[in-house]
Amino acid sequence: MSFGDFIYNNLLEFWQLTGFANAQFGNFVMLAVGLFFIWLAIKKNFEPMLLVPIGFGILIGNIPFNASAGLEIGIYEEGSVLNILYNGVAAGWYPPLIFLGIGAMTDFSALIANPKLMLIGAAAQFGIFGAYMVALAIGFTPDQAGAIAIIGGADGPTAIFLSSKLAPNLMGAIAVSAYSYMALVPVIQPPLMRLFTTKKERLIKMKPARAVSQNEKIIFPIVGMLLTCFVVPSGIPLLGMLFFGNLLRECGVTNRLAKTASNAMTDIVTILLGMTVGASTQASQFLTPQTIFIFFLGFMAFVIASSSGVLFVKLFNLLLPKDKKINPLIGNAGVSAVPMSARISNNLGLEYDPSNYLLMHAMGPNVAGVIGSAVAAGVLLGFLA
Amino acid sequence: MKKIISTIALALALAVPSVSAQSRDALRINEVMVVNDNSLVDEYGNQSAWIELFNTNFAPLEISKVFITNDPSNPTLYPIPLGDVNTKIPKRQHVVFFADGEPNKGTFHTNFVLVPGQDNWIGVYDADGKTLIDEVTIPASVLPNQSWARTADGTGEWALRTGGDNDYITPSSANVIRDGNSKIQMFADKDENGFGMTLMAMCIVFSALLLLCLCFYGIGKIGSLISRINKRNAHGVAPEEAHVSTIEHDSGEEIAAIAMALYEHLNAHDTENTVLTINKVKRAYSPWSSKIYGLREVPGHTHAK
Repeated sequence: MSFGDFIYNNLLEFWQLTGFANAQFGNFVMLAVGLFFIWLAIKKNFEPMLLVPIGFGILIGNIPFNASAGLEIGIYEEGSVLNILYNGVAAGWYPPLIFLGIGAMTDFSALIANPKLMLIGAAAQFGIFGAYMVALAIGFTPDQAGAIAIIGGADGPTAIFLSSKLAPNLMGAIAVSAYSYMALVPVIQPPLMRLFTTKKERLIKMKPARAVSQNEKIIFPIVGMLLTCFVVPSGIPLLGMLFFGNLLRECGVTNRLAKTASNAMTDIVTILLGMTVGASTQASQFLTPQTIFIFFLGFMAFVIASSSGVLFVKLFNLLLPKDKKINPLIGNAGVSAVPMSARISNNLGLEYDPSNYLLMHAMGPNVAGVIGSAVAAGVLLGFLA
Repeated sequence: MKKIISTIALALALAVPSVSAQSRDALRINEVMVVNDNSLVDEYGNQSAWIELFNTNFAPLEISKVFITNDPSNPTLYPIPLGDVNTKIPKRQHVVFFADGEPNKGTFHTNFVLVPGQDNWIGVYDADGKTLIDEVTIPASVLPNQSWARTADGTGEWALRTGGDNDYITPSSANVIRDGNSKIQMFADKDENGFGMTLMAMCIVFSALLLLCLCFYGIGKIGSLISRINKRNAHGVAPEEAHVSTIEHDSGEEIAAIAMALYEHLNAHDTENTVLTINKVKRAYSPWSSKIYGLREVPGHTHAK
């Protein structure tokens, strides 16, 4: 072999390893999806903390390469760096860590002050099971239907946790769908809230919530964890971490731990979770007819969840005395997109009465939604795993 | 003294579950064949009696140092050797020991044999040689090439297995062979439209949150009552008055609003931005963050740069 042949052969071999030589149409579609997500995050400010890592992860995961070369670079190749980072998603330990951070960030005072708002958080979980029924009708198996339906909980970590257990092959599509719709909550929810409420109902003013003592705030995570986990032990990873994070926040003697859990740790896990979920959406796995159905079901789940929250409040009001009526505009906040859906309740309330601030009232069902969706995930896991 | 006792009690409370979680209590005798003519063949091509052990844990279990015996008066008859990676049983998995009386053939060959035509007692003892982990007596009535097995892995009654179609002999594998996820099949068959799942799951979700709701309704009431009693005891306030002055009027929002109004009234503006934050500042001491522990005892000279 001449020196020229040597150079030529090696360059040819290298060419076979490049993305250009291995590119397929699907890769370019997914790269476009990734770029669209990044555009949405940066230009439209839609959930940038999640869509930037997911969008860039999609770019990383869809760079074409020669998998048979055994370079150990793909996310699904055991031992690759991406595969090691992906373990937190595949084995389901990133979501509980995110829940720890959510617990450390969340103030449950609104819920403790007005415990009946918890039931709105429960009612919104109809979205999950409504979508479950539709998914079964479309032809998904019960475990796949459960994994997809959890999108209705509007809780990304919960969706990833459950899909990693019930339908790992659909996890990428489910995660992307869940986060996409969470970003679209301000678009999806207001029309439904207007549709199901009368002008009179939108003007209902609720009494200010009472102040909650420090002792109640400390008791809440302990009792909450014990009660919910005794009912649904399969929810321990999520509920246990959520309430643990909240205890760190409220006990007053672990401020540093609470700060770390709610800031640095959540940020690190969010980066890793978003990036690896994005990278897991390789064209061959993602560009299937199932993905379209999953996006459709995710939309259905959000619509049912938001509607059932609002309708439940209307129903609940029939049982409440006149001076204790609940404004049905906070019903949408039963989905656990915290605090976005509570903000939507507040904004819509202000639209009809500039002095009617619903934010703190809506935070009650909103955080109840977090608990409710974790319980629902535990139920699905218990029944179908 | 009280502190020492409570520390010891706490240490014990923490140690007991962790010891039991890590111990070899989870090991179970799962299936035994006394006379083997047409069943499992060992790595030397021989057929002999076998004893299957099962790890009931959901984590790997190291069984070296455990003893297997067929003699109640000699619990340490066959010590499972150290240093063999295969003695670490994966979660919910099995290992098979050949009771051929030839321990020089390897770790999984015991130094005793099972005797046909009589009851055979087998015991598994922990590393101390005293703690019996599990035992079974195989009746003499078990015929050649039949096994004596648990009805479910690690649990359940013992029963005879003849090797028939619904009566498998399963050395080194599950005693109950499952084809597919029975739960999912059940939901697919019995709950085609998902109504049953929705009904059950929503009942559970509502129950869990209703429990929490009732619990905190009660806690809130008790908290208000205690605060009224405390107020009365502290200031001698009459019960009726204490009742009127509930915590509802002590809202943080009102205090914040008053503070903001005063701030506006005093017109204390200079060049600050327009965001006013009222935040409670806590300065909790922790040795981890204390500067004093980061200093050297005798500060050295530093050179100004």
